[in-house]
Amino acid sequence: MTDRRIRIIEEGFFRVLMFFSTSAIVMVLLLIIISILVKGLPSLSWEMISQTPRGGFYFGKEGGILNAIIGSLYLAGGSTLLAFAVSLPVALFMNVHLVKKVKLVNTVRFLLDLLWGIPSIVYGAFGFTVMVYLGLRTSLLAGIITVTLFIIPIMIRAMDEIMKTVPRGLLEATYSLGSTRSETAYRVFFRQCFSGIITAILLAFGRGIGDAASVLFTTGYTDRIPTSLSQPTATLPLSIFFQLSSPIKEVQNRAYASALILTIIILIISVLARVFERRYFKHKINF
Amino acid sequence: MDTPVKIDIKDLNLFIGKNHILKDINVTIPEKKITVLLGQSGCGKTTLLKSMNRLIDLNNQVRVSGSITIDNEDILHTRKDITKIRKKMGLLSQRPYPLPMNIYNNIAFGLRISGRKNRINLDKRVERYLRQAHLWDEAKDRLRDSASSLSIGQQQRLCLARGLAVDPVIILADEPTSALDPISSMAIEQMFTELKQSYTIVLVTHILQQALRVADYVIFMYLGEVIEQGPAHEVFTNPKNVVTRQFIQGNFS
Ligand SMILES: Nc1ncnc2c1ncn2[C@@H]1O[C@H](COP(=O)(O)OP(=O)(O)OP(=O)(O)O)[C@@H](O)[C@H]1O
Ligand SMILES: [Mg+2]
Repeated sequence: MTDRRIRIIEEGFFRVLMFFSTSAIVMVLLLIIISILVKGLPSLSWEMISQTPRGGFYFGKEGGILNAIIGSLYLAGGSTLLAFAVSLPVALFMNVHLVKKVKLVNTVRFLLDLLWGIPSIVYGAFGFTVMVYLGLRTSLLAGIITVTLFIIPIMIRAMDEIMKTVPRGLLEATYSLGSTRSETAYRVFFRQCFSGIITAILLAFGRGIGDAASVLFTTGYTDRIPTSLSQPTATLPLSIFFQLSSPIKEVQNRAYASALILTIIILIISVLARVFERRYFKHKINF
Repeated sequence: MDTPVKIDIKDLNLFIGKNHILKDINVTIPEKKITVLLGQSGCGKTTLLKSMNRLIDLNNQVRVSGSITIDNEDILHTRKDITKIRKKMGLLSQRPYPLPMNIYNNIAFGLRISGRKNRINLDKRVERYLRQAHLWDEAKDRLRDSASSLSIGQQQRLCLARGLAVDPVIILADEPTSALDPISSMAIEQMFTELKQSYTIVLVTHILQQALRVADYVIFMYLGEVIEQGPAHEVFTNPKNVVTRQFIQGNFS
């Protein structure tokens, strides 16, 4: 066979491979969305999103899941804020202040990747152990702290990956104007990496709001809307879990409606964040 | 030399990892003159410029010895605030790196971090530096646009204006006209000759013609060493080193 023929076959092979893997992924995604829509839409009602449950979560066909919607927003919102307050300074510190400590920063990256890889149930168990030790009960605060711990590595590394791409020349240019490290970090790096930072926040928020295992032991579950940090709190993933494990068909379908609500919440937050980004931070330089 | 010395470099050796990049550099740069740094690609011109405002600090593999004295202070080993030293110099890098902000703020940034925040004053100074860099006419109606919307040549002039804005006494320019057409290059050259009234200028260039036009003083580098230096007319009319002679006669290989 000639060289040319081999290359044509190779080209064809990879094209077919790409076509099938792309369509497989699109199909699976469509299937998930369609099944959520088909099963969830009929049960989705104003009652679902405006009322708390009646009749318990295994058997209740009445009421809604407002408790879980609010609970999840509190939980994910609170932990995303906390995680952001820690992650942004750490990511900037790694990439601006420690720019010369290549080995140290790479070790930190490695450790963060390890933390990222630990399943969230382990974080949940850890949080639970600490709670028992301190004599605390399941509460919103315990959940926020646990989820914060588990999304911090995700957020830092996602920010860090973007900050790594900032060219050395921009750093040099900023320093040559006489700026300090902090000015370089918060006035230049922050702006240049803004869209990546938003992505990191959304990624972490999505993981936080969608995770069931870390909140199972720490926030617990309740039918009421929490009014303080020390109360147990319902969350959407757990409400989906409980509704799905109900023997009653209607309650099971409400799980799909809950999943739909969760998806819509993430969609709305993502769109809002992107609009905010377009509006206020549009000066990224493409080097 | 009859003019006062602004920058005095003594026995400067610089290694990056195991590579000896700058070898026994001994040069003096006169005040308020244009000193042109010439030499083949890769001979260490950029590295020498970056040593002068301590940007080499950002590379963990760099080891350096010797001294660079500016205004009676060895800036290589000083314990003084490094940002003060950097503000003395405006650096124009080989490739333009505009800041991720609009055009106005690119210039106002340097002013703001030096504590000049008065709005009317800022406006005036932004206009002044943009005019000095011959960018005002093109930029005045789009000061709120991203700096990235400018062409590369315009970005280069923006970086020049930005460098002037921090009120330096020295301008370090690394091939500032490499992305410009001959006419804009001439305008920038013209500007440099005006600026030397008040600034000490170190200019790296590959273009011999440009060096002939603007240089008061010339430094020739070859493979990390300074092989010849002196007043421009002497070096250009009567080069002592054989490599310099070849370079000037245009058959440099
Ligand atoms: N960060 C770095 N790591 C390793 N080697 C480097 C680094 N920066 C520069 N060098 C090396 O130092 C030498 C001098 O580089 P420098 O950029 O100073 O050359 P130059 O004279 O400015 O060349 P040009 O005219 O092409 O810009 C080159 O051999 C280069 O490979
Ligand atoms: Mg160079």
